[in-house]
Amino acid sequence: MIIPHPILGPRDAQEFVYLGDASLIDRPDGMTAGIEEFHDYLYQRTNPAGEHQELWYHEQGDRSWLVVTRNTVTHEILKVELARDVARARGRTK
Amino acid sequence: MRYSGFRVIAEALTGHRGWKPVWRDPAPQAEYDYVIVGGGGHGLATAYYLAKEFRQSRIAVLEKGWLGGGNVGRNTTIIRSNYLLDGNEPFYEFSLKLWEGLEQELNYNAMVSQRGIINLIHTDAQRDAFTRRGNAMILHGADARLLSRDEVRRMYPWLNFDNARFPIKGALMQPRGGTVRHDAVAWGYARAADQRGVDLIQNCEVTGMRIEQGRIRGVETTRGFIGARKVGVAVAGSSSKVMAHAGMRLPIESHVLQAFVTEGLKPFIDGVITFGAGHFYISQSDKGGLVFGGDIDGYNSYAQRGNLPVIEDVAEGGMALMPAIGRVRLLRIWGGIMDMSMDGSPIIDRTPIEGLYFNGGWCYGGFKATPASGWCFAHLLARDEPHPTARAYRFDRFLKGLMIDEKGQGATPNLH
Repeated sequence: MIIPHPILGPRDAQEFVYLGDASLIDRPDGMTAGIEEFHDYLYQRTNPAGEHQELWYHEQGDRSWLVVTRNTVTHEILKVELARDVARARGRTK
Repeated sequence: MRYSGFRVIAEALTGHRGWKPVWRDPAPQAEYDYVIVGGGGHGLATAYYLAKEFRQSRIAVLEKGWLGGGNVGRNTTIIRSNYLLDGNEPFYEFSLKLWEGLEQELNYNAMVSQRGIINLIHTDAQRDAFTRRGNAMILHGADARLLSRDEVRRMYPWLNFDNARFPIKGALMQPRGGTVRHDAVAWGYARAADQRGVDLIQNCEVTGMRIEQGRIRGVETTRGFIGARKVGVAVAGSSSKVMAHAGMRLPIESHVLQAFVTEGLKPFIDGVITFGAGHFYISQSDKGGLVFGGDIDGYNSYAQRGNLPVIEDVAEGGMALMPAIGRVRLLRIWGGIMDMSMDGSPIIDRTPIEGLYFNGGWCYGGFKATPASGWCFAHLLARDEPHPTARAYRFDRFLKGLMIDEKGQGATPNLH
């Protein structure tokens, strides 16, 4: 797979480390969330067959985190964003 | 029809005109007591043990494609019970004992071959860890032997013992481990279940679940609604897809694992060799092909094919271990979809929906578990309580901190 990096252009997926579902960006607030909320965050996955937003880390490159939208049935990559931009758009400060 | 040597001779003398189809192709009935979703090894074994051991009837197995067309026909056929943890080892040893009697039980030749499996040791720390695991196995009634470097050399003199990075220092062996012809396992269970009145319904995909007041009433399928008192889902690889029909999210990601077979060679590997440090394991089929595999590709996938970098990695692992295979040509490469769970161990449990039961999360270890998985799932379905060896395989173990994490990786499914 070739991942079109928003800054560096097309890069081989081998340069990246895969983390998983991009919902991992939305960590519950440790001061208010209960055990069940953290359980769902850490262990439960939607795991769709089809479009999937996921976190890839460009370890062998610029060490940026990306949110890649990819089809899990065809491996086609539909969209790539910097995870930083996605997190900010969702209201995170950093 | 009972299979035997006499039957083969009799049929040979009469032009093989007496062989009959080994299972019926029934139309689905309006309602069953038990509907098993998934006509793979685990689903077929569940139906068989439900009928035979737990004396239940009115059972159907629904399969979206053809029987045994999924992971039971896509694995590398290895059986073993070399686990460390209390939650796992008794279950896998139960499974291995069932494998040992399987062919007589089913009256079907599944080519169960206890040719022995070895895990190679490269460091002192690894020897300590493997010694501990071997002792745990023995304590649970399994067999284990620690082999010295010389003993490994006598078995497989052509291994690369002096690899600069991973010199071979010994091995942990389970002599009762081995291989089984995987397709025959599905066919054997299917035939035996059919003989006990189980309806095996193919080309019947579950497209929805009918749930009323927290209770399952049946499943919507491509062949119409099928009512059921209890529904058991055994569709590892597609678990999240099927359980989404019941509104459930699972502690599972689907990943692709590739496997490989080479052209046929003369016999030279008479057991199973695993080279964990190099992400490579290998055995030789009775036809002569080298059957081997390595790691999962590492990203969520429902495509039954992987990508080239993992093929290169597996080939490098093979070359590091046994340079002799360098000029062997690959015959086939394929991928299977794994239910990778959050601790690397499976789930056999009830769900919050009354009458709906789940069996999945087998990671890449489901094949060896087939008989015990079927038995324990049938136990749960028939008696509504877990089998003693499968008690730890619960959904709530993640909430309660009772993970069964053989590898100690935590909630990183692509690293288990």
